[in-house]
Amino acid sequence: MSASGSPYFASKPVTRGTIHAISASPLITPVQHTLPRITKETSSEGESLVLRGSWSAGALAHLDHWTPLQESLLRHAKADAEATWDLRHIERLDHTGAQLLWNTWGRHWPRHVLVLDLQRDTLNRVARFAVLPPKPHRTTPKEMFLKLGEWIMGIESHAESALRLTGQLALDVLHFLRDPSKAPWRDISGHIYRVGTTALPITALVGFLIGVVLAYLMSRQLRQFGADAFIVNILGMALIRELGPVLAAILIAGRSGSAITAQIGVMRVTDELDAMRVMGIRRGYRLVFPRALALALVMPLLAAWTTVAALLGGMLAADLSMGLSPEYFLIALPKVVQLSNLWLAMGKSVAFGLLIALNGCHFGLRVLPNTQSLGEGTTASVVTSITMVILVDALFAVLFKGVGL
Amino acid sequence: MKPPVVVIQGLCSGFSVRGVRSVIHQDLNLTIARGEFLSIVGGSGGGKTVLLRQMLGLETPLQGTVTVLGEPASELGGAGAASRVGMLFQHGALFSAFTVLENIAFPLRELGVLPKNLIHDVAMVKMQMVGLDPATAHKMPSDLSGGMVKRVALARALVMDPPLLLLDEPTAGLDPDAADAFCTLLRSLHQELGLTVVMVTHDLDTIFELSTRVAVVADKHVIVDAPLREAIHFPHPFVQDFFLGERGLRAMEVLHPRTQDV
Repeated sequence: MSASGSPYFASKPVTRGTIHAISASPLITPVQHTLPRITKETSSEGESLVLRGSWSAGALAHLDHWTPLQESLLRHAKADAEATWDLRHIERLDHTGAQLLWNTWGRHWPRHVLVLDLQRDTLNRVARFAVLPPKPHRTTPKEMFLKLGEWIMGIESHAESALRLTGQLALDVLHFLRDPSKAPWRDISGHIYRVGTTALPITALVGFLIGVVLAYLMSRQLRQFGADAFIVNILGMALIRELGPVLAAILIAGRSGSAITAQIGVMRVTDELDAMRVMGIRRGYRLVFPRALALALVMPLLAAWTTVAALLGGMLAADLSMGLSPEYFLIALPKVVQLSNLWLAMGKSVAFGLLIALNGCHFGLRVLPNTQSLGEGTTASVVTSITMVILVDALFAVLFKGVGL
Repeated sequence: MKPPVVVIQGLCSGFSVRGVRSVIHQDLNLTIARGEFLSIVGGSGGGKTVLLRQMLGLETPLQGTVTVLGEPASELGGAGAASRVGMLFQHGALFSAFTVLENIAFPLRELGVLPKNLIHDVAMVKMQMVGLDPATAHKMPSDLSGGMVKRVALARALVMDPPLLLLDEPTAGLDPDAADAFCTLLRSLHQELGLTVVMVTHDLDTIFELSTRVAVVADKHVIVDAPLREAIHFPHPFVQDFFLGERGLRAMEVLHPRTQDV
């Protein structure tokens, strides 16, 4: 310490027993914080800045302590360079308090200071270790350019692994057809239950409410033209051909697509995927194929179920708001909506189901073994699934514009 | 006479899973004095970690009281809890979205008053106190080795200088060199900062190396609570197996000089 001016230390306090006794008192009873404060006192030995109270993180971090304390610290540090800093009356000095003093002193010992041994140890540790944190890395334009390239390559790698996954699924289907008895039937039925059966209440509820809202809004508009009866056409066409399948698919994408990604992602985080590979179990056949099959089977059924619930809701609302009887609704429906619309909806739903399953598996298998990547993967999976469902629906609308209209 | 840091009286804890109640602790008493390095040992599933969680107020006692630093453990979790108790979780429990520096500074930053520079200075000091290189400050937890994760977690636990430090399996998952280095670090911090440390571990070397006292949890009680040399001769099958089994003797042989002066 001799390098920094001529500080002198009270190696032992004059009044208070041994170091041991003092080491006990300042470090304990942290619950009540006393106000950290600094006063200027003049005695025969000259001016001294006496610090009192608890100079610990908990005490300092009170807003009404902090602002006045910081001001008086700065003022004293500037004005009283020759004064003696007397730390001996501090109740508790922790590393945050010590750091604060150290920074106030300009990161060196002041000329005169009175400290207890324990406080000196703390200050010495702060002095020894006080370095500025290294500057966080700033991205340069070149790196940003390279990032762009990386991003494009990322798309390519997504496309490649999606293609690989689809190809593997096709091979697995062939494998399945060759020997269906060896298929993972338990997995398949489990997924059908989890994706399908447990989703029945939520899809019915959402479908019903959409049907009610749609019918109510349409009835107001149609009445202006006196075209009340056309509510059946509008509801039948919109719900059966478009809304039923898309609603069900969006709900399942959010509900089961995310679950698939999370399940497979957790298997990656816990090394289960590697364990399967080591045991020679084909993960495509055991993980991807059952989910894809289950969703492809379940999606059309769920779409039909959602459509029925929505039609029921629409029928009810039409009855209530414009007195259109359910009998008329049911008799008119098959006349205005061709059967081909239903087949189109079912076919579309199979595609949606496959898409959601493959998408979920794709993002699940790409999860890196850390929790953050798991969260990102799940979000990406849901967003991509929903977007893809809507895109594919638009594609179907264009391709089959001549069917059933 | 210094008041004890942790007082547990008549503690009963348990879970009920699907209506079946399983009791983990029954009438458990334990007092931990200031400045001690207490190791809690016991069989797997014997309730060591649950005991630690009771001290942190993460579990609620069915009966009895847990008093930490003069207050009920359940009231420990309020604002500024990091200045009362530090906990080192078995797997570090670092926030994976934060860098090392942000992880360590997090309890201080959350107080919302101290300026960023001061907080970063404090975090950098703590980082080096646990033996980490300043260059690791901006790394993410996923880029760290197991030993480094433990060190960062320790720095985070100590950032507000709590008087009480709890450790759950501090050396589990570390290679022998890293475990030894971590033990040395823990011992020096215990001495330098005057901490009271409570440690749950299976690792005999760590127990022999660090603890000033050992509490053995078995049969839902603390069956022994004594300095190491007395504890190992307690006539109970678990204690005999644990300390005087082959592994125990081997560990003691290596550390014979140190066991003498415990």
